[in-house]
Order: sequence, then structure tokens, then C-alpha cells
Amino acid sequence: MLTKHLITLPIIIPMLAALLQLLPWGERAQHYRRIIGIVASSLTLVVAIMLVITVHTEIVVYALGSWQAPFGIVLVADKLSALMVLLTAVLALPVLIYACHGEDNLGSHFQALFQFQVLGIMGAFLTGDLFNLFVFFEILLISSYALLMHGGGKAKLRATLHYVVLNLTGSALFLISLGVLYGITGTLNMADMAGKVALLQGDDAAIARAGGMILFIVFALKSALLPLYFWLPQAYANTTGTVAALFAIMTKVGIYAIVRVFTLIFGADAGEVAFLGYGWLWWLGLLTILIGALGVLGSRDIRQVVAYLVLVSVGTMLTTLSLGHNDAISALLFYLVHSTLVTGALFLLVDMIAEQRGKTASRIVKGRKMAQHQLLGGLFFLAAITVIGIPPLSGFISKLFILEAARTGAQVAWLWPLILGATFLMMIALSRAGSRMFWHTLEGKPNDVSHPYWQHMAVVLLLLGAVALTVFAQTFSGFTSAIAEQLANPQGYISHVLDGGQHE
Amino acid sequence: METLYAITVGTLTACSVFLILRGRSFPIVIGLTMLSYAVNLFLFSTGRLIVNELPIVGASENTTDPLPQALVLTAIVIGFAMTAYSIILAVRVRGEIGSDEVNDYNYAEQDGQR
Repeated sequence: MLTKHLITLPIIIPMLAALLQLLPWGERAQHYRRIIGIVASSLTLVVAIMLVITVHTEIVVYALGSWQAPFGIVLVADKLSALMVLLTAVLALPVLIYACHGEDNLGSHFQALFQFQVLGIMGAFLTGDLFNLFVFFEILLISSYALLMHGGGKAKLRATLHYVVLNLTGSALFLISLGVLYGITGTLNMADMAGKVALLQGDDAAIARAGGMILFIVFALKSALLPLYFWLPQAYANTTGTVAALFAIMTKVGIYAIVRVFTLIFGADAGEVAFLGYGWLWWLGLLTILIGALGVLGSRDIRQVVAYLVLVSVGTMLTTLSLGHNDAISALLFYLVHSTLVTGALFLLVDMIAEQRGKTASRIVKGRKMAQHQLLGGLFFLAAITVIGIPPLSGFISKLFILEAARTGAQVAWLWPLILGATFLMMIALSRAGSRMFWHTLEGKPNDVSHPYWQHMAVVLLLLGAVALTVFAQTFSGFTSAIAEQLANPQGYISHVLDGGQHE
Repeated sequence: METLYAITVGTLTACSVFLILRGRSFPIVIGLTMLSYAVNLFLFSTGRLIVNELPIVGASENTTDPLPQALVLTAIVIGFAMTAYSIILAVRVRGEIGSDEVNDYNYAEQDGQR
């Protein structure tokens, strides 16, 4: 019973939790809401782990309302989906623990919006239907619009307006591309569409290419690929730390969608539309790395530095994807997990640093000492070497995998200098920021703002994830290789979805 | 009928793109609304334009496709909610910042009305 419906739980648990949190809870409302939130996030984590274990042997297909694919909507969990669900759960719990110590009081309904956001993200990872993917994208976007404004203030409002307008336009484009693809293939189920797209010829194939490229633009906007990244630094740098940390998974939703759609529907087997967009991915990805690294170097605000670090990671991932072979996709997924965890940790950390520094906040200038100077300094050092990619932690290993994935001379000639150069620029920028904020402090007594140890715990938990990724690198890269293997052979996925969705 | 339909969708989209590229929040919101109308019409047409037929296979020679209508319904609901949200957001930004310029808020004061 439970295993049969397991795949729906990552969507249902956050939804029920959010609905419960919206009820009026009397005088100590926030207290109960926090308990519900933490319990729900822990449960989601357990379910996600169970899901990963389940998909180890089979692809789980769940036909909603027993309407069989391709006519009904299906939820599908293969290894990739399960990994992303687990990653979301692993990120969400520490972030929520951090938020429960004060930040959720800055605006109303933070807790419920948080759960709705998780619901949207989980749904986007699990659905097997393109239109359903659009709906889950909307769910996560609508909650992100509200979360981005959490805490109020002019800078946040302005960033939110840009973000909302861009994403509404993106949603319209998403619908247009769905319309084009539906009109030409007559289906919205991803597995079914993969089969139908492969048979297209001539003009029909050209129209499908156009639809696919519009879809590519939409996902590139979500994942902040150049030239569609301009919303990201502003939005991430101005919002509160918890929201930014949760948003560390948001660009990865875009990347997941690109990986899913452009290996399944427009992959190697797609006939005339095979490998759509891969050429674009390569060049735009490389340019994104360059721009991101320059942004990291040019930022005068530590939040903005971290926001540009997200951009560098997006560029790195999409460039690696465009290499196309199994090792590249495996390296990409390894890097994706690493970068999500460490970016989340950095956003939380920077939030604490900004609060403890008082007036100078997150600007990279000489300031007063912080109350928990040593602790924050140590954590920042650890997070910085991880995100830069200095040995021994996961950043180093994942970059190694990516560099190894470049095969031909041209790939090496472009990818290596850019990734290593970006690493160098990141090292300069972060060591400058670290030394300004932690070593060149003003004389006199430190600021008296300090944070409870639970909030440090949240950061430590996320960094521990990076440590675990290093210690169990062999096991984990085995898992990512298995995912790449599964993605390279979409026939298994397609036949499972079209024949296998026999559950209720 | 197809030509007229295509022209309508095209005109709506063109107008909305023009409006979205404006520098003030009000035209942008109007543009987004128009874009969602254009998209809804477009989605509706993806099931091919068939007049006076049932969406039941076998009931008559030609059948109309019911799925795009369901998609349009979903898109209308989401689009409606988002229009409301963006209007409220634009009003809030106007109130908080004192200008409806999307990028440079001091522009209007420096150069008068645009």
C-alpha cells in the first residue's frame, strides 16, 4: 500500500503541511506552524530516501486516477527524479531549521509558502507530463514570487517586480511551445512525445524544432543561462538568506528540465530533431561561466558574490551537459548536488555574517568584529574552499570529473581554461572578501548580535553533505553513472511509462 | 477562418511584446495580460479549428479535440491569478518607491514625463 503510493508522498506531504499551517492556530500560531513545518520536512526527507532505494531496481510509474498514459497524467520516478527529490529534501530541512529562528517572522505565512514552494519543486521533478510540468512550475513560481518579497523593503520589491514580469513572460512562452508541440505530435506525455517526435519529417520536424527551441528558452530562463540571467544576481542578492538558500535548488529545476526534455524527447533517438540545442548550450554555457566569474570578481557585496557563484555553477553544468556522453552527464549530476548544498550553506552563512556585522552588513568593507567571529570565519573558510574547488572537499572532486569529461581537443581547449580561470577568479574574490571581513576588522569591542547554535547547525548540516559527498565519492559517482546510463537509454523509461503505469 | 484567427493571435502578440518592452509598470501589466490572451487563443487552435462538432470520437465524421480546451481553461485560471498579482505588485511598488519606472526610478523627475 505504502510502497505503491510512495511516489505521491513528496507532493502530498508538503501540500497537507502547508494547508494545516494556513489554519488559524490561536496565540502561539508560529510555534505550531514551525512544528508542522519541521515534521513535514523530516517526513519528506524519509520518503525521499525510501524513493531513492525503490528506484534502484525499477522505474516507478504512477497513473493518477488510474488513467493510463498517454491519456492520463503520470508521475514517474526514475533515478534522476529520485536524486533530485532527495536533494530538495536534504536542502529544505536545514534551511527550514534556520528559518525557524526568527526569519519566518519577518512576513506572514512564510512557513506555508515554504511548503508550497517545496511542493512545486517536488512535483516538477516527479511529473511525466509536459503540461503538468508547466503547472508545477507555476506552483513553485507563485510561491517564489511571495517568498522573494519576504521581509519587505524597496530593493526586494524592485527585484520581485523584475522577477515576476520575466517569469510571467517565460510562462507564456512555455505555453506557446507546449501548444506547438501538442499541435504537431498530439500528445503531452513526455514518453509518448519522445516516440512521436522521432517519426516527424520535413516541415513537421521543423515546427517541432521551433517548439523545442522555445521550450529551451523557457528552461534557460529558469536556469539563468546567458543572456537570460539578468534577474538572478539582483533577486538572490536582495532577498533574505533563507529564501536565497531555498532558491539554490530553483535554477537546478531549470537544469533538470533541460536534462530531462533534451535527453528524452530531443535526445539521440529523435530522428530529424536529434540533439536540438546542444550547440547553443556549449557556447552559451561557456559565456555564462565567464560572465559569472567576472561578476564574482566585480561584486562589492558578499551576497552578490554568492549570487554570481550560482551563475558560474549554472554555466559549468550546462556546458558539461552539452558534451553529451555518459561520463559528462554523470559529472554534471555530481556537480549539481555539490553546488546546491554548498550554495545553500553559503547563502545562510552570508545572512548570519551580514546580521552580525551590523551597519556594514554584507558589503565587503572593513567593519566591526562579529560576536561569533571565529565560528563564522571557520565556516566561511570551509564553504569557500568547497565552492571554489580547492582540495580536499567535494568541489575539487566534482570539478575533476567535469574536466575529465572533456574528450576532444577542442573541448579541452575551451573548457579547461574557462573552468580553471573561473576557479582562479573565484579564489581571488572569495579570499579578498574573507580577509576584508574577518581579518581587517576595526579595533574595539565586537558587535553584540549573535545567533543561536541551531542556525550554525543548519549551515554545518549542509556542509556535512559536501563532506559526505567527498567521503562517499566512489559510491555516489557510481549512482550518477547509473543515472547517466538510464538517461542515455530512454527506451526503458518510455516503455515503462507507456506499458507499466498499472497502479491505481 | 484560419487566416483571421492567425492574424488575431499575431496582432495580440505583437502589441503585447511592444507593451512589455515599455519602461513603466502599467503598460507592462497590460502587455502581460494581452500576451496571456494571445497564448490562450493560440493554445485553443492547437487542436485544429473545427466548427459545430462534438468532442466524442464516432459521434460524427469530424471530431473536435477536447484537450486544448482543458489546457486553455487551466491557462486562463493561472493567467488570471497572475494578472491580479502583478497588478497588486505594481501598485505596491508605485506606492513604496513613488515611481512606476521599472528600472531607473529617478528618470521621471529628471526629464519630466516620458
